[in-house]
Amino acid sequence: MTNADRTRTRSDWSAVRLHVVTGKGGTGKTTVAGALALALAAGGARHGERRVLLVEVEGRQGVAQLFDTPPAPYEERRVAVTPDGGEVWALAIDAEQALLEYLDMFYKLGPAARALRRFGAIDFATTVAPGIRDVLLTGKTCEAVRRRAAPDAGRGADHDRVFHYDAVVMDAPPTGRITRFLAVNSEVSGLARVGPIRNQADAVMRVLTSAQTAVHFVTLLEEMPVQETLDSIAELRDAGLPAGGVIVNQARPVVLPEDRLKKAAEPGGLDLAELADGLRPVGLADPDVVAALAQLGSEHARRVLLESGQRDLLAESGAPMYELPQLADGIDRVGLDTLAAELRRQGAA
Amino acid sequence: MTAATLLDDARRFDLDRLLDAPETRIVVCCGSGGVGKTTTAAAFALRAAERGRDVVVLTIDPARRLAQALGLTELDNTPRKVDGIDRSGGGRLHAMMLDMKRTFDEIVLEHADPERAGQILANPFYQSLSASFAGTQEYMAMEKLGQLRAQADWDLIVVDTPPSRSALDFLDAPDRLGSFLDGRLIKILSAPAKMGGMGAFKLITGGFGLVTGALNKILGSNLLGEVQSFVAALDTMFGGFRERAERTYQLLQTEGTAFVVVAAPEPDALREASYFTERLATDRMPLAGLVLNRVHVPLADITGERALAAAEQLTNGKAKRSTRKVTGAAESAHSPVVPAVAAGAQSDESQARELAAALLRLHAERVALARREGRLSGRFLANHPGIPVLELPAQAEDIHDLEGLRTIIEQSL
Repeated sequence: MTNADRTRTRSDWSAVRLHVVTGKGGTGKTTVAGALALALAAGGARHGERRVLLVEVEGRQGVAQLFDTPPAPYEERRVAVTPDGGEVWALAIDAEQALLEYLDMFYKLGPAARALRRFGAIDFATTVAPGIRDVLLTGKTCEAVRRRAAPDAGRGADHDRVFHYDAVVMDAPPTGRITRFLAVNSEVSGLARVGPIRNQADAVMRVLTSAQTAVHFVTLLEEMPVQETLDSIAELRDAGLPAGGVIVNQARPVVLPEDRLKKAAEPGGLDLAELADGLRPVGLADPDVVAALAQLGSEHARRVLLESGQRDLLAESGAPMYELPQLADGIDRVGLDTLAAELRRQGAA
Repeated sequence: MTAATLLDDARRFDLDRLLDAPETRIVVCCGSGGVGKTTTAAAFALRAAERGRDVVVLTIDPARRLAQALGLTELDNTPRKVDGIDRSGGGRLHAMMLDMKRTFDEIVLEHADPERAGQILANPFYQSLSASFAGTQEYMAMEKLGQLRAQADWDLIVVDTPPSRSALDFLDAPDRLGSFLDGRLIKILSAPAKMGGMGAFKLITGGFGLVTGALNKILGSNLLGEVQSFVAALDTMFGGFRERAERTYQLLQTEGTAFVVVAAPEPDALREASYFTERLATDRMPLAGLVLNRVHVPLADITGERALAAAEQLTNGKAKRSTRKVTGAAESAHSPVVPAVAAGAQSDESQARELAAALLRLHAERVALARREGRLSGRFLANHPGIPVLELPAQAEDIHDLEGLRTIIEQSL
């Protein structure tokens, strides 16, 4: 066992090389995907030992914004380096480019490719058959997962490297569309029954349904995202795709002890006199302050109880759960590193 | 002190004036996904109805319990009367949930003879388009809006928009669908079908042969055929989708339509709101105001620093009991190292301190969050002078009844 292996054995997903990250809009899916990529890149023993690719498929340049880099063209670029020398690369996959790439590979199209573009045929093809777009996006991702390391990479760290990337993280479409997006096999079943798209879909499905893939769900502890997460996990399992972990984002710290919480959640449940006594030593026993803090405490208690109910619902899915704190300062690189460290500590990476 | 008081009155979005004005006939709530558009639309509609208007709210994807509260137990594409509203002002509230496939089907049924409609509805390409074309939902929301407006049963329509990542998708969808169905390639593809054979292909240059050849390889020739028959059937039916899309779009530019941009005080949501605001201005669509949803407001008038320092002081007072650190005479004089006997009384006092410290820390966190949110929204406001703002405070619990909808608006005023 090498050093790198030893430092990484605690991950719940050590066999996984493709991490698909989905979530309802507004839950912080892209942020969590970025943090996960950083977490997976960390922990190598030598520089450049861990290399992770973060792909985005929705053409929003969310990854560039997240890492504060210029919008990425259709190419793999290094966007971050971890303190122990791990690398995060990013790729914004463009369906049109990917289609041309494939057509060229299989048909040696040349001038026909230009004609395809001129007639708007590529837009047309991906529009009339949305499955094609999805196959192209997942196909490119799976290609990166399977890509072998160059035999002579000219770097010490690459000696025992089998794959070019140790892991690939996909910032995937939202929960509402994820199963359809990943189940490319059934999506293209009505289309070409033979030929490159078919083969492509089959190859993609082999990777996606294997033990090297996990689909993680990002959620907030709120009713709608939790419901969507549970629905989506069930759908995914029905489709034979591997549901991974549930990552609760923006979890609030609980500041009251459990016995107090239940009482505080009830109207007037916080003892104002007691609170005033507690505040007196610091000269803050002003009735307005007491009332305001009591209201804050009661809101907090209700929120915490509601969240714990949602957490129980999520736990019923049987998926491993991780929690990331809400960051008061927002998400910058420091924030991302904090979240990445948290993911590693909890065994998500 | 609420963050709202930082806004001068000129920047306050006067919601009641908008909702009360008889000229206001349509209110469209836009914004990126996850910012609370549905809730905002429902709350506005309820408010307007209880102030005397005859309102219908078109929701796209409400949370289950909110849907139940609005009486939307089934997705049947027809407005349902909402019970439990205050009708003393003479208003009414109807609510409906958009069924996009059904709306698409209805357009077909309305405009084609039964035989042809049957053909279209059974066409596999039509089925995939109506269920999954990116933008169909947005387009159908607009279509439904047009229908509701034409029905003239209500004097105010409040519209929620589909949960896309970008608010712009709603405005772009009709054009995308229209230009796709009316596009050059579709036209050429539909030509042979119309002329009753493959003859037309002969007229077309070799470049096109390459294209259809490649498309057939990628898509399979059956799909291309289905597209052709679908487009041909549609085309003779009602003279082009683009025209229809344009009409729907124009409805949004008419007087009496007001846009409301909904955003959470988060960088991504505000960025989207910013794009959208600029787009509305470009397209000459009237923006009534920005709704900042889930704003955190400090409840007590204490600075975060003071609260943290006080919490520290209270906790350290307790820490000394454990005799862990005694750094000076003054402190140790305070330090009541009391064994078992007095434990009861002591723990009451220390529990009160613990409670106070915990709530002070919570307050400090709230202040920090409010400050960050204020910074983010302040930047938006500076970049978009003249846009009125309505701040809806964050709620402790999810909103799933009429009372909750009432409360968020009342708290904002």
